[in-house]
Amino acid sequence: MPYSLHQTITSPAISKQPASTPLFGHKVEAGFPSPADDYIEGRLSLDEHLIQHREATFFVRAKGNSMVEAGIFDGDLLVVDRSLTPTSGDIVIAVIDTDLTVKRLIKRDGLIILKPGNPDFKEIVLKEGQELQVWGVVTSTTKKFV
Amino acid sequence: MPIALVDCNNFYVSCERVFNPKLEGKPVVVLSNNDGCAVARSNEVKEMGIKMGTPWFKMKDIAKRHGIIALSSNYALYGDMSARVMSILSTFSPKQEIYSIDECFLDLGGFDPQSLVAYGQTIRKTVKQNVGIPVCVGIADTKTLAKLANHCAKKGFAGADSVCDFGLLNEAELRILFASIPVGDVWGVGRQITEKLLTMNINTIQDLRAANTERIRKQFSVVLGLTQQELNGIPCIELDGAGTARQQIMVSRSFGTSVTSIADLAESVAYFATRAAEKLRHDGSVAASVCISLRTNPFKEDEPQYQRSLVVPLSQPSDDTTKLIGAALAGLKAIYRSGFHYKKTGVMLMGLQPKTAIQATLFDDPIEQAKSDSLMHVMDAINQKMGKGSVTTAASGINQRWAMRRESKSPDYTTDWGELPEAS
Repeated sequence: MPYSLHQTITSPAISKQPASTPLFGHKVEAGFPSPADDYIEGRLSLDEHLIQHREATFFVRAKGNSMVEAGIFDGDLLVVDRSLTPTSGDIVIAVIDTDLTVKRLIKRDGLIILKPGNPDFKEIVLKEGQELQVWGVVTSTTKKFV
Repeated sequence: MPIALVDCNNFYVSCERVFNPKLEGKPVVVLSNNDGCAVARSNEVKEMGIKMGTPWFKMKDIAKRHGIIALSSNYALYGDMSARVMSILSTFSPKQEIYSIDECFLDLGGFDPQSLVAYGQTIRKTVKQNVGIPVCVGIADTKTLAKLANHCAKKGFAGADSVCDFGLLNEAELRILFASIPVGDVWGVGRQITEKLLTMNINTIQDLRAANTERIRKQFSVVLGLTQQELNGIPCIELDGAGTARQQIMVSRSFGTSVTSIADLAESVAYFATRAAEKLRHDGSVAASVCISLRTNPFKEDEPQYQRSLVVPLSQPSDDTTKLIGAALAGLKAIYRSGFHYKKTGVMLMGLQPKTAIQATLFDDPIEQAKSDSLMHVMDAINQKMGKGSVTTAASGINQRWAMRRESKSPDYTTDWGELPEAS
């Protein structure tokens, strides 16, 4: 969320209201604790679901339609984990000609190929001795409709 | 007991390069607020002999000739990348002291002394892969020596490949190495001290090591006496202890008992910000942004874990306690999650510059300067007459007027949904 500078500077007072008190808060009135108390574990978090390594995870915006067959469309949000070691078949962010590109990594017959998910786009086959610079592995994508 | 100093290489430039591969291999400088002077340089720029702190207007010509790319500083980006690096580094040791935005000490006591270089390489590899930032690791028995070992690691001295462990050198080898490094490269030995040392014929680090401790203490200070002992392998500055040079101001504490409510956290954060602001004014500096961090106890593995930090940039560098508290509390509010037992919070002031430099660079035009001074008077008058509530509106208007000159700032790649890196 972008920060409003003015707000941060001009409102030093902080709400005395506790933010929320959802956990472990069941009142015991009738002598029996709520059977649900044992099961309260906090709400589901999309962050936890989508992010395995928080410090190594970055968000990247997909541009263009070179990966539509993989379900990645222009403007989609890509969750990228840099800590993962890329293997053949992974969708990766790679550096090609100093630009970031999203493609499927294929290792075949000793060749390294960046394969687009769209027949209109050409495969990028790395020349012998050319090193592929993988920026990170795309672990998921999200799309907002509203 | 071995200590490692892990230091990011050309940190601000490296942060920019992670998201903008076009900068790789090119000469890049990052300029301070208001695009005043160089606060970070790529190796290519260092090789051109451009010194840290060189004002931009003085290097414009050479920059044009050599195609130097100048970027405005992006503290939101550097702060987030720093938090990531520090968090990863914290997993390599039970004890970490974050010394500045781009360096920290790690306690490596109890590790196999023979395998520390390999461990250092693992640290390097992990940080580089996970966040894309290159680091160097210096390992030695004292903090001062670890700093020096890091210097050697960066320069490739003693056959070091970005990791240097003094523990693997014997006394004769150390002596030869230290005799080749000027005394001014020692942590905490500034220019004035260096000049005086040179007149006493103490030119190299080895000279300082061999000097008479009593004489050093008497002619200089107790602190330089400690530095000398540290150079001889006697630990005098504890991990977590006070540093000598000041690049960032960090105030943080671990709580005796864990804290859960935001009200309690806010109290400590406000206190830390106040302490940090005092240090800032004592140094005659202003800060460009405030980094607030909090975490649970990572060693209580059965408890849910949470740690987060956030950089809140100020619209204008400041040493004003209320502004710094305001920014710190806004940051706390943004990163606080209920339901966790917090063990530690911290406030770090970043982007420090001398207050005088700021006033000089903010307004090039003397008429503008006079106008702004009178604006300040008006603001103070309103403040006095009508109470604190009025200041906020006055201040926000003035802040817009004074919006920082950051002409070529990179996008906030990691802190703004609208500015994410793109991949085609």
